Parts: sequence; structure tokens; C-alpha cells
Amino acid sequence: MTTDVIEQDSHDEHHDEHKMTGIKRWLYTTNHKDIGTLYLWFAFIMFLTGGALAMVIRAELFQPGLQIVEPDFFNQLTTVHGLIMVFGAIMPAFTGFANWMLPMMLGAPDMALPRMNNWSFWILPFAFAILLGSFFMESGAPNFGWTFYAPLSTTYSNGSTAFFVFAVHIMGISSIMGAINIVVTIMNMRAPGMTYMKMPLFVWTFFITAYLLIAVMPVLAGVVTMLLTDTYFGTSFFDAAGGGDPVMFQHIFWFFGHPEVYIMILPAFGIVSTIIPAFSRKRLFGYSSMVYATSSIALLSFIVWAHHMFTTGMPLFGELFFMYCTMLIAVPTGVKVFNWVATMWRGSLSFETPMLFSIAFVILFTIGGFSGLMLAMTPVDFQYHDTYFVVAHFHYVLVTGSLFSIYAGAYFWLPKWTGHMYNDSLSKWHFWCSLISVNLLFFPMHFLGLAGMPRRIPDYALQFADFNKWVSIGGFAFGLSQLIFLAVVIKCIRGGEKAPAKPWDGAIGLEWTVASPAPYHTFSTPPPQQDIDNANQHEH
Amino acid sequence: MSTDEHKANINKNTNTDTGISISNNNKTVKKLLLVVIAMFGFGFALVPLYDVFCDITGLNGKTNSTAVAYTASSVDESRTVRVQFITRNAKGIPWAFEPVINEIDVHPGEMKLVSFYAKNNATHDIIGQAVPSVSPGLAANYFHKIECFCFTQQPLAAGKDVEMSLQFYVDLELPTDIKTLTLSYTLYDITEKSS
Ligand code: HEM
Ligand SMILES: [Cu+2]
Repeated sequence: MTTDVIEQDSHDEHHDEHKMTGIKRWLYTTNHKDIGTLYLWFAFIMFLTGGALAMVIRAELFQPGLQIVEPDFFNQLTTVHGLIMVFGAIMPAFTGFANWMLPMMLGAPDMALPRMNNWSFWILPFAFAILLGSFFMESGAPNFGWTFYAPLSTTYSNGSTAFFVFAVHIMGISSIMGAINIVVTIMNMRAPGMTYMKMPLFVWTFFITAYLLIAVMPVLAGVVTMLLTDTYFGTSFFDAAGGGDPVMFQHIFWFFGHPEVYIMILPAFGIVSTIIPAFSRKRLFGYSSMVYATSSIALLSFIVWAHHMFTTGMPLFGELFFMYCTMLIAVPTGVKVFNWVATMWRGSLSFETPMLFSIAFVILFTIGGFSGLMLAMTPVDFQYHDTYFVVAHFHYVLVTGSLFSIYAGAYFWLPKWTGHMYNDSLSKWHFWCSLISVNLLFFPMHFLGLAGMPRRIPDYALQFADFNKWVSIGGFAFGLSQLIFLAVVIKCIRGGEKAPAKPWDGAIGLEWTVASPAPYHTFSTPPPQQDIDNANQHEH
Repeated sequence: MSTDEHKANINKNTNTDTGISISNNNKTVKKLLLVVIAMFGFGFALVPLYDVFCDITGLNGKTNSTAVAYTASSVDESRTVRVQFITRNAKGIPWAFEPVINEIDVHPGEMKLVSFYAKNNATHDIIGQAVPSVSPGLAANYFHKIECFCFTQQPLAAGKDVEMSLQFYVDLELPTDIKTLTLSYTLYDITEKSS
């Protein structure tokens, strides 16, 4: 009771002192919750933007033949769709979660480097303004795929390479700053008594992800710099005429690119590992093994990059090495899936929306993992490579994987963020519509790929027409379903049933020991040891 | 609570286990920045590393870029290897460029001379550069060029043509499972770069 009053008190005072009003509050804010909110909204806006591009892609592919867009513009659409979803939607959404939740889960008053935090967010909109702005330039937007293989992006570039490189540099700097902040926060700001192995698994996954970012984003910066000098300053890193090697581009790119895909899934593991125990009313099964599995996935992710390059004519030894290493990653990944299922085993389950998204995550991400294993087999990858099978694979892991975990997390913590419960029936509509449409959208892509439909094409042979029609219908339905989420969030911010400090009876974690909505400043004084022990995810 | 007090609180709220403070934050940031810089450098270091690695292992099909002497001790007449020639023009070079013969059977150790035909169909002079590559890549280290037009640039006046020669032999040590070698030339316009 008393603490409540004090909490309330200091909250109000802060309100007067620190919070500016209007746009300035958001421009100058160094508060982790404000910045988290900015990241989440930015990610959602980018998600809708990238989604709009995908709608045009699916409209063009609804029927065989060229109906709506020129092939070159089609290539711009797929390229910018990919870039926006990866760098503008999924990654910033996770950074938003990190900002909102890490300090609260660690019992810290804020992120360690609040000013840098402000910068790392506010340079992002510029990066995407440049990227999207290039649609309106003479050159058009980048048209060489999100993987920007040389020489497509150098010799054969439509002139958008400079904008592209500049935008990627800014995104990279933003991610690196964000990652440094996360690492420093976790290393230095933990409440007294919160040892590493007492941290929630959510924190662990972000910790490891941040290290991955710090290790590979500079490599991305390097490779786009080489691209820039090759295109405009006469160097020949990737130009065979000048002694360079275009295949080397792929090696450097995928040295970044494969860890990058884990950057997009490890935080999802953290979110799901928080939610499944809460609605199973059990502790997470095998907390320590989860920590080790996550670390080994991260380490292994550095030695599998060439599974994206099986068809570049590697020698047999290379093909085998990368095949076995890739399959090895399935082992720690399997450990995780096993642990989630074991957590649910004999739990008293209930199926609130965050849990629904989490269960869908476990099942559908596993499907994506299986298609990944198929792709990992060198001989069959010769058939699957660059077909819709690959498109199906990475959309299962990224949409029903990463994105679904983001939805699960958003529903789970919305009461904490807004102070209101979300509209339950609308959220169920969102879930079921998404679940059905996403499978209609991506499952037939497996068959299209197996039948030989190449990816990144604006037109296709007649025999693919039926499946593509269904895929497009699934696409439109999925796109529309996401607007339900927008409605849920807006309603939830505006009002709704008042949320208690801990709306989920099975949830553990320090964030539930503070009021809902979380006060502007939390844990100005560290939480009591008792709370830290209660928040511990180990089984007892 | 004033801002200062609040900052003081942040300072207080530090991990006493490890004695962390703001100055520790700076230390950690510096270390992480070092990693960032090192990894940026590593990206560029991959370029020479890649070349050295491929040079030693002959992984990416790159053949010798300067002439080598003929050093085979004998000719292994028990084996025959088929060597195929293909050519390709890179973007924007309007030359006719093709091998005079498409393939040839050789014994390991045996020296052969073949030629390639090029004609500048443009109305201006062009300097061309052919870049070779051998498939399967592992065979590259066993394919020795004694003389090749690809060692030098090829200036061709508008409308002129030329026959260019390649002298090579296949190493006696060529792994026995390799029965066919494909030598591919890609022709680039380097007029601008070399002027
Ligand atoms: C069991 C785990 C996984 C395995 C074995 C696996 C394997 C593969 C392989 C072999 C490819 C290359 C296919 C080709 O181009 O022919 C691939 C592509 C891809 N994977 Fe995975 N993968 C796994 C998990 C993931 C996860 C978790 C993500 C991201 C969240 C992901 C994202 C991607 C993406 C984006 C591509 C396509 C890249 C492109 O060419 O545009 N994968 N995967
Ligand atoms: Cu990969």
C-alpha cells in the first residue's frame, strides 16, 4: 500500500519535471519506455509499408502474364519489401521490446546509455526515407534483391546503389548502437543479486543477439562499402575484369547474412520462452539448457553461411562441411522446441491470445525448420535453390516465427504498456484470421517451389496458376488481418478494462511487480531480493 | 526528485556484486567499439584471405595469371582428359569472341596449342581483357598455362580481328575422377580503366 503511494507520488513529480510535451517529448526523450514505444510504432508502420509492397507483388502474381507492373518495377518491389521487413520491421520491433522490457526485467532504472538510445532510434527514419525515397528518383529503387549480389548491384545497377548503401549504413549504425546499449545494460545494470543465470531467458536471448549484431553488422557495413567503391570509384573487389571475384561477394554477404537470420529469431525464442510458461502455469523446462542452446546456435551460425551458396560450384568437401554444420544447428534448435513442448506437458494450459500466437509459433516455426533441413541437404538444394521453396522456408521462420512471436509478446505486455486489457474477441479474430490466411499464403509455396517455380519473377508458367491464385488470396487476407491488430492496439491505448499490475496469473518476472501502465520511471531503487528470486525462471 | 537525485539513484542502483558504475559503462562501451572496428576490418581482411585461401586450394577455379614453364616429366598416355573451351562477353563489349575449336582431348603432361578468334565489331577502338576460370574449380591448380592471351590486355582497332593463342598442359597429378575440364573465358571492356 505505502509503496504504491510512493510510486505514484514520484511518478507524478517526474511527470512535471522530465516529460516535455508534444513532438519534443518524443524527439528528445531518453526514457527507455518512450524509445521502446517509438521503435514499436516505427516497426509497425514499416511492416504495413512493406506489406503494401507485398500486396502489389501478390496482385501481379495473381494470374500468369504481366498485368500491373513492369518487370523492373517488380524487382524493385521484391527488393524493398525484403529490406523493409528485415531491417525496418522485424529488427526494430525486437529493439522496441528490448527497450521496453530489459530495464524492467533487470530491475534497472533505464538503459545504460539513454542518450545514445535516442540517437539510435532517430536515425532510423532517415534510413528508410532514403530507401523509400529512391522509388521516386530517376533511377528507381534498388532492384537487385535484398541480398544485393554483385554484379547485379554494381555493374548492372540501375543507379540506386548509392542510396541503398547510404541507407544500409545508417541502419547498421543504428543497430550497432542499439546492440551496444543492450550489452552494456545487461552487463552493468542488473539489480544487485540478479546473477547471469537468474536473468529471464528473454534477457539472455537479447544479450546473445546483441553480440551477434556487434559481430556481423560491421561486416555488412564493410561489404556495402566495397559495393559502393566498386560501383562509383573504380575498385574491383567483385569485378573479375579487375582481378576481383563476384563469388567473394556472396561469401562476405552470407558471413553477415546467416547470423542475421538468427538475429531475427533468437529474440523470438526469448519471447516465447516467457509466454509459454506463463500460460502453462509452470516454470520453463530446462532453463540452463535453453541458455546453452541459444549460445551454441549463435556460435554455429558463423560457420554455416555457405549453405546459401551450394550451387556456386564449391568443391565437394565444402559442400559437405557446410551441409553437416547446418544440420548440426538443428540439434540445439530441437532442444528448444522440445523444452517448449515439455513446458506445456501436464501444465494447466489456458489459451489467451499471447499463448495462441506462441503455440502457433512452435508448430509453424518447426515447419520452417524442417524445410530448412531439407534445404540444408546439398544434393536436393540444387533443385530447391532459388525457387519458391526457399521463399516458403524463410516466410515460415520469419512470419510465423519472428512476427508471430512479436504479436505474442505485444499481446502479453500490452496491458503493462497501456494499463488496459486489449479487446479479447478482436484479438482472437486477429489470431485466427492470421493463422488461416498465413498458411494459405505460404504453404502452397512449398509445392510451387518443388514444381520448379523460380523466386523473384513477375510472371510464371501456366501450370503454376492455380496455386498462385490461392497464395495471392491468402496474401490479401493476411494483409487485411493485420489491420485488426492496429485496431486492437489503438483501442487498447484509448481505453478498455483496467489492467492490474499482473494480469496473467502464471506470469513471473520483475515487470509484473510494478503498476500497469508501468510508471514513467521504474526501479529508481532496486527491487528487493525476494522479488528477484521469485522472478527466477528455473524449475524448483 | 530532482534530476541530479535521480542520476544519483541510477548510480546507486548498480550491481554491487561486480561493483559496476557509470565509468564501467564507458569501459564496456569502449571494448565493444573495439570489437565493432575489428569486425569492420575483418570484413575487408576477408578479401585477401579469400584470395590466399583460393590460391592455395585452387577452390574457385582461378588459374595461374602469369606464364609458367613446362615442367611435366613425361606424358601419361594411359589417360585422356577432355578440355572444353567456352567464351562469354561481359556487359557492353561488342566483340565477336569464340574458340577456334570447342574441345580437345589431351593426355596429362602433353603440351597443346589452341587459338581463340576475336573481332572488334564496334566503330571505335576497344581494349579487351579475358578472364579465365576452370570448372570443376578443384582442377584449376592442375591446369597450367604456358602462354595465354589472357596474361595481357588486347587492344583491337575498330573492325579489326585477331587470332589469339593459348598454350597449356594438364598436370600429371590431376585427380583421376576428373575426366572433363571446362575452361571459360569472360571478355571485359577495360578501355576506360586502362586509359
Ligand atoms: C533449422 C534451421 C534452419 C536451417 C537448417 C536453414 C537452412 C537454410 C538453407 C539451406 C537456406 C538456403 C536455401 C537456398 O537458397 O537454396 C536457407 C535460406 C534462408 N533461411 Fe534458413 N534455415 C534455418 C532456419 C532459419 C531461420 C530461423 C531463419 C530466420 C528467422 C531463416 C531464414 C532464411 C532466409 C531469409 C533464407 C533465404 C535467404 C535468401 O536467399 O534470400 N532460416 N535456410
Ligand atoms: Cu542461412
